[in-house]
Amino acid sequence: MSLLDIRGLSVDFATSRGAFRAVDRVDFAIDAGDVLAVVGESGSGKSVAMLAVMGLLPWTATITAERMQFDGRDLKGLPAAERRKLIGKDIAMIFQEPVASLNPCFTVGFQIEESLSTHLGLARKARRARAVELLKLVGIPEPERRLGQFPHQLSGGMCQRVMIAMAISCQPKLLIADEPTTALDVTIQAQILDLLLAVQKETGMALVLITHDMGVVAETAKRVVVQYAGQQVERQSVDGLFVRPRHPYTAALLAALPELAKGGRLASIPGLVPGQFDKQDGCRFAPRCTAANETCRTVLPPRQPASLGEALCHYPVGDRGTP
Amino acid sequence: MSERLIQAANLARHYDVRRGLFAAPVTVKAVADASFEVTAGRTLAIVGESGCGKSTLARLLTMIEPPSSGRLTIGGTDVSNGNPEAVRKLRQFVQIVFQNPYGSLNPRQKIGAALEEPLAITTDLPSEQRRVKANEMLAKVGLRPEHYHRYPHMFSGGQRQRIAIARALMLSPRVLVLDEPVSALDVSIRAQVLNLLADLKAEFGLTYVIISHDLSVVRHVADDLMIMYLGRVVEYGPSANVFAKPRHPYTQALLSATPVADPKAKRNRIRLEGELPSPINPPPGCPFHPRCRHVFDRCRAEAPVPQLQSGVTVACHAVAEGRI
Repeated sequence: MSLLDIRGLSVDFATSRGAFRAVDRVDFAIDAGDVLAVVGESGSGKSVAMLAVMGLLPWTATITAERMQFDGRDLKGLPAAERRKLIGKDIAMIFQEPVASLNPCFTVGFQIEESLSTHLGLARKARRARAVELLKLVGIPEPERRLGQFPHQLSGGMCQRVMIAMAISCQPKLLIADEPTTALDVTIQAQILDLLLAVQKETGMALVLITHDMGVVAETAKRVVVQYAGQQVERQSVDGLFVRPRHPYTAALLAALPELAKGGRLASIPGLVPGQFDKQDGCRFAPRCTAANETCRTVLPPRQPASLGEALCHYPVGDRGTP
Repeated sequence: MSERLIQAANLARHYDVRRGLFAAPVTVKAVADASFEVTAGRTLAIVGESGCGKSTLARLLTMIEPPSSGRLTIGGTDVSNGNPEAVRKLRQFVQIVFQNPYGSLNPRQKIGAALEEPLAITTDLPSEQRRVKANEMLAKVGLRPEHYHRYPHMFSGGQRQRIAIARALMLSPRVLVLDEPVSALDVSIRAQVLNLLADLKAEFGLTYVIISHDLSVVRHVADDLMIMYLGRVVEYGPSANVFAKPRHPYTQALLSATPVADPKAKRNRIRLEGELPSPINPPPGCPFHPRCRHVFDRCRAEAPVPQLQSGVTVACHAVAEGRI
């Protein structure tokens, strides 16, 4: 029994020009202590799937799932009041823009203590003590002084540390980090990733890291899910993925990285990510795939076994019979 | 043999920042004491974190702003004294592509008009010829003729960056300054744009100055590398030399902090403590000393002078004294 168990999750958005499926039948099984990376380009639905778990999608979104359980509880029919008790406590999330995620009108201390009082019902003195402890834990010097400051007085890296402190304040079982370091400088990114992994190891929580950076995936996660146009095209261990990517999209994505390029030119993926109106019958990656044939364009690709990276492809890379 | 297109000597740019209504203005040294040159046909990469002055340097090189002090020679003409006539002529010599392709194109202007605008301003070509040139350039950057009549919002990020590159090339510049040209793009699109830049460089004999914070991109494209920290050049030299043997402690930390897409790679990360200091109030002495592993007394007292060591210029007391 996994901590987070999701089968066949789809998210449709009602737009003025018809329904748009942002997430298409994705599965997640995350155990306690797992570090899972979800990697994909913009528009691949990697954030939307996790926002659906958090229940943070706007009313235009329709969420359908065969199964959606967290820690043995069904998330699908959960009333809003029950869900509010769960999110922020057992499931926490941090976002891409640390400065924008904090409320500019309140001090950092107030915002950290808010969740402590809502979820844990701590008294004022205990809250303040815990907030100081949390800021120390995430490596902020002079925590007592920082608690009285407003978000604009802190740097981006500091704000992300505060966000992490808020997220782990109630000792969540699952932490979802949505591009936590994209807006930060390289040396600060290294600090924040180290911090996230240290906290994860110490508390034994599960960590889902949403990113577009293959370097971040390689350095942090154990397992990785690759998303393309709303679908999970490959699910593998990180070690396996970088040695032997099974889906042509993953292979092309890795080949397009400048650090893995040999010689002057980069291998690029021709074409563009499909938009709302050009979703075709067969494989979504077929128009950009170099190995695609008529079958790929017309027949939905099957899910391959785990030995082939669970690739969503007719002809996984490295399998016998690849055209 | 190789022509020096841009030479900068002790280039500096200061800004006066007012802090409050009655407070005395503070001087921010956005760029201080930068000396480098851009050689024809080579690519110079300027690397650093936010606030290091790399974008200010781009504004100096493209003559959007004059330097506060120091000498800047572009195409053999000294532009640092701000002779408006000389500067106006040289604007065709250096062109710039900005970071955000969503912000750098006018949303009310059709692509054709955007491409023709530089020609309409600086040349007296009739409109038919401008149009022919714009269409030629669209084809060169991998767009189709029907895109001529479209507006920027109809394009994806990668396509917009192609348009921005096309616009910069309309006046046949010798030097193209690229301010974070691919950082707003997805990985697969990034590779397309980088390849396009390599093709255009070969075709038009261009010289690039690439400003970036992404060392994996820089390693791929750069011939020369300049690392900046808080407005100062900390290390400058041929890219291969710097990547093979980074000398300055900051360069070493920056290289080791960049995530590598290889799970088996040995992680020997140098952890930099602390935050980037504010450029308004930089630390005395060496600006990097509060975060440096090799700090000693001299670093806190005096700013290091860049020194040439086996082809690479390094500004560090510890390196100069042979401590590291």
